[in-house]
Formats: sequence, structure tokens, C-alpha cells
Amino acid sequence: MTNRSDASARRRKAAGADAPDWRNALFVAPYLFFFATLLVFPLFWGIWLSFHKADIFTSGPFVGLGNYIRLFNDAVFLRSVGNTFYFVFLTVPALALLGLFLALSLNSNSRLATILRGLFFSSSVLSVTIVTLIWRFVFIPQYGLLAAIYKLFDAEAPSFLTDPSLAMIAIAITTIWWCIGLPMMLFLAALQQIPADIYEAAALDNASRWRTLTSITLPSIRRTFVLVVIIQIVMQFQLFGQAWLMTRGGPNNVTRPIVLHIYDLAFRRWDVGLGAAASEVLFALILAAAMIQYLMSRSAGERS
Amino acid sequence: MTAEIDIRNVSKSFGALTVIENLSLSIPAHEFVVFLGPSGCGKSTLLRMIAGLEGVDEGEIFINGVRVDPLPPGQRGLAMVFQSYALYPHMTVRQNMAFGLENVGTPRAVIAGRVQIAARMLEIDHLLDRKPGQLSGGQRQRVAIGRAVVKEPKAFLFDEPLSNLDAALRARTRIEIAQLHQRLRATMIFVTHDQIEAMTLAERIVVMNNRRIEQIGPPMEIYDRPATRFVAGFVGAPQMNFLDVRSAAAGAAGLEVRLDETLTVLTHVDPAEAGRAAVLGVRCEAVHVTGADQGDVVGVVGVLERLGDRALAHVHLATGQSVIASEVAQTRLRVGDRIGLKFDGDKAHLFDAEGAALPLWRAP
Repeated sequence: MTNRSDASARRRKAAGADAPDWRNALFVAPYLFFFATLLVFPLFWGIWLSFHKADIFTSGPFVGLGNYIRLFNDAVFLRSVGNTFYFVFLTVPALALLGLFLALSLNSNSRLATILRGLFFSSSVLSVTIVTLIWRFVFIPQYGLLAAIYKLFDAEAPSFLTDPSLAMIAIAITTIWWCIGLPMMLFLAALQQIPADIYEAAALDNASRWRTLTSITLPSIRRTFVLVVIIQIVMQFQLFGQAWLMTRGGPNNVTRPIVLHIYDLAFRRWDVGLGAAASEVLFALILAAAMIQYLMSRSAGERS
Repeated sequence: MTAEIDIRNVSKSFGALTVIENLSLSIPAHEFVVFLGPSGCGKSTLLRMIAGLEGVDEGEIFINGVRVDPLPPGQRGLAMVFQSYALYPHMTVRQNMAFGLENVGTPRAVIAGRVQIAARMLEIDHLLDRKPGQLSGGQRQRVAIGRAVVKEPKAFLFDEPLSNLDAALRARTRIEIAQLHQRLRATMIFVTHDQIEAMTLAERIVVMNNRRIEQIGPPMEIYDRPATRFVAGFVGAPQMNFLDVRSAAAGAAGLEVRLDETLTVLTHVDPAEAGRAAVLGVRCEAVHVTGADQGDVVGVVGVLERLGDRALAHVHLATGQSVIASEVAQTRLRVGDRIGLKFDGDKAHLFDAEGAALPLWRAP
């Protein structure tokens, strides 16, 4: 009796393992649906739009590379590309190194470290409007926090948000303050994955603190470093809110990022085709930057 | 130079939990010592205190007469093999082995030479350019040992190094560690909860239980003359039989103990200790199966375990106690058989109520 039910249970199990593949596809179908409708479809529609003259309501005739040619003859667009690269250059290395430094300093179970970890992460939960509001208070000439600090040293604070050479730096500082939580947390998670006995072996191997950091800790979190840099490249290329809320892209377009330009083209000038073309350029830039970073770190990893 | 290690009155607590209490131990140079005990007995903590990975709350540790307990681990001249191997995952085998030597500024040529010699000795010379992730468990174990060997340490510390290996590899590595000790003649301290590892590797075993040392001695002395009931029960498989003593009186050649109405056993224990005898201990090989009316006591076979080289009969006595007797492999005993048991009093042990072994009788 039991024998027979065992055997039939085995048969049922075997039948399940040999089930047709479409049944397995059911498990991924819900995700696949949203992936296709919210990501794949808009991606290709955007590419299609970028080859057409289109406004908000109608898509017009096919213009080939016309939109792209117009774009690369547009000095303001080229300027926004340059601005965006400058912003990425200011923020991504700083976020990665500062995040690493914070993680290394706060990787302990002491109460102070726990409190500070929470504190440094807390800025990440704020919305961009709050963040920019806080930092506009900091940067206000004569009355802001920075102005007060300058006054302590009997100096006059420059006008950060209206000085063309300082405006982007001010936005970068704001962004680093806002975004530092995620890199720090990723590095902390990676640091806590390193087995403790490796450090014990290193202690028995006479490794100094510096040697332990450079030979044990940093190589162990190399993958996380690459991950953080790629995430930050992707995020910071899409700068919009901070620039829009703090400077409106000014003064004289020096803080105008690509996304702000896309917004202007598509939703204020209603030239959706041109906006789509600019979006594709941004997409290609992010993809290329992330790939270059990935390939460089991979070949460096293979050499060592 | 090999190390002579002296541990004096060492204590260690983690918060409210005391793991080592006022422990002293001397390990002469060249000796292979095994710390044996159940998990949580403090044996690993003691090893880690010698290594410097745990601080010492009280007491002192000396290596070759130099006090080392305030020194950091790297300056004690010791090498340790970890249970999980603790290899540096991003370094090749060669770099793993060279790391410790590089840190103390050993010339490159010397490092290369030592790595080469150690690798050949451990038969890992074809693996030198691989990373730990590409090695099997046994190979990683050899690399971990190689990393210790190249440092030419004063003493080797092994923290349960075989427990992550499968049974066959464990037996082989055990022999290799024994050979390593014969070749290097270095002081070695080996921590394990496995009595077979302890019996086969040690020149001296330190049996630990519950924060302190139960007995120190060569393996056969630990087996033949356990100093406490804990040692008697922990070392040897199957576990020693323990039977409660009802009364004891001087016999012809030592103390004669009565276990129930019919069963008396004549031991070699000093008759002067009659008042303390509380428990009789006898290993299964000292309990012989006889015909039902020929033994000291009658019992019924409850379970029969055939181990291949011998069989173990679990015999229920009328008193309700159970005794394990060793039988030949081809025994015709069957479960339910009524048999007699004869106790070999020469090989029996007596313990007092606290578990201490009673001394043997020395004929005047």
C-alpha cells in the first residue's frame, strides 16, 4: 500500500520535472510583462521617435538622422553634454572614495559608528526638493551658513549659485551630500562579507595596518567598487532635479545638464523627435561610460 | 629554533562567561601536543591565546623564556592553520605563501626558494599560480599548511584543521601532518574534538573539559589510566561502561566491589580507598560474553552492532543497566539471547563520587 503510493508520488514528481518549458515561463511572465511594456517598448519607441519629426500629439514624417544633425549643431546641447561630463567628473570619484572612506571608518559595532552610519544614510531618504532647499539656505549669499562661516574668518563668501565657476561645484557638493548613503552602505556590506579569519591570518603574517588595507581589504571589495562607480555613473549622468531647482541651468547655461535640455526640447518646445534624439545620445553616453569602466576594471583585475 | 611554550595561571572570560580558569601547561620543544575536548571546553580559546588572537585576562604565556602575551600575533614567531584555511582569496597560492615573508622583508630569492621547497614537499608545486577558488578542499588545506611551513615558525598551531575534509582525505592528511612533524621536529599544538586524531597524532594529549585540564599524558596512558570519569568516557569508542558500586571491600589482590546481589568484580585498586569507590568503569573489550550460567552476571542481548572487525553486544542486565561487550566479528549471538558476562577486573577502573580515578594498589 505505502509502496504503491510512494511509487506514484515518484512518477508525479518525474512528470513535473519533464513538464513543458512554457509552464516554467509562467513564473517569469509577470516580470516580463512589465519589463516589456515599461522598458523595452519605450526604448524602441524612443529610438523610432528620434528618426521622426514629432510633437506631443502627432508623429510627423521620417527625417532620418536629421534630428541628430540638428542636435550636434546645437551649441547649447553640446554645452550641456560638457556640463554633464564635468558634473560626473566632480561627483562620481568623490562619491566612491568618500563612501569607501566612511565605510572603512564606520565598519565597527560601536554605538557611535552605528549612529553615524544612520546619520550619513539619512540624507538619502530626503526628496530632491528638500535637499536643494537645505543647500540653497547654505549657499545664500550674506545670510547662508557658508556666508556665516566665511564671516568668522573675516572673509566674504562668494555667491556660489550665481558665480559661473562655482555653480556646478555647489550642485556637485549638494549631490554628494544627498547620495553618499548608498555607496557607503554597499561598501559596508562588502566589508562585512570579508571573513574574519583572513584578518587573523594576516595578523599572524605580520601584516601592518596599511598592508592589510591594501593587500586584503581593498582587493576583497574590488567588485563592489566597480559596482558603486557604475551605479553612480548611471545616476549622475541623469542630473536634473538639483540643477533645475537650484540654478535653472544658469548662470549662462553653465549648469545646464543634458536631461534639462531634453526636458526643454520635448516638453517646453514640444519638439519630441529632437528630445528623443537627445535622450538616445544620453543613453549611449551612459552605456559607453559604464562599459568602459567595467572593461577597464576587468582587465586590471585579470592582470593582478 | 623551535619553541618551548609555558602557560602560567591563565584565565579568560568573555563577558560573564569564563572559558579558561587558572590554567597552567608546559610544552617542551619539539613536542606534538593535542588539545582534546568537547566543543566549548576552551581548547580553541587557549590556542588562540597562544597565537595572540585573543588577549589574556590573567596569567602569562612564555615562549622560550620570553613573555609573549603582550606581543601582537605577528611577533610571536608562530604559524597557524585555520579550520576554514583562511587563504587570501585574491592571491595566488605562491602569493599566499610568500605574504608573511614579504611582510618581514625577507629577500625575494629566499622567499622563492622556501616556497619552492615547501610546495614540493606538500606536492602543490603545480598549483602555485592558481587561486584558492580553483582548488579542492584538500589542496587548500595543503596550501594552508605550506603557508605555515615557509615561515619556519617556532611552533605550528592547528585549529581543527581536518574537520572540513571528508573521511578519506582526513585520514590521509592526518598521516601527512604526522610525517611533517617527524621531518621538521617543530613544536606543534593541534586542537581537535576527534579522539582518533588525538590518539594517532599526539605525543601528549591535553584533555580539556569545562574551562580546565582534566588530564595530560601520552595517548595510551590517557586510554589505559584515565584520571577522571570524564576522560574515561570521552576517550575510546564505544564509550566506557559505567556501573554504580553498592559496596566495596578488600579482596585478594585489590579492592573488590559489589554491583548487585550476584555481581562482584575484583579490581586492582588500592583497598585503602574502599570508602570512596562510587562508580566502576570498564571498557567493552574487558567485558567477555559467556554462557548464561558461566558469567558473573546474566543479561539479554538488546542490540547487536556488527562493525566488521568486531561486534558490539548491548546487553540489558536485570538491574536495568546496560553494558556493552565486545565480541568477535563472526559471533553467533542474536538479539534476545540470554547470556552471561564476565568482567575483567584487571582492566576495570574505579571513580569516586566527584569523578576522580582511584589509585591502583601497589603490592608491598
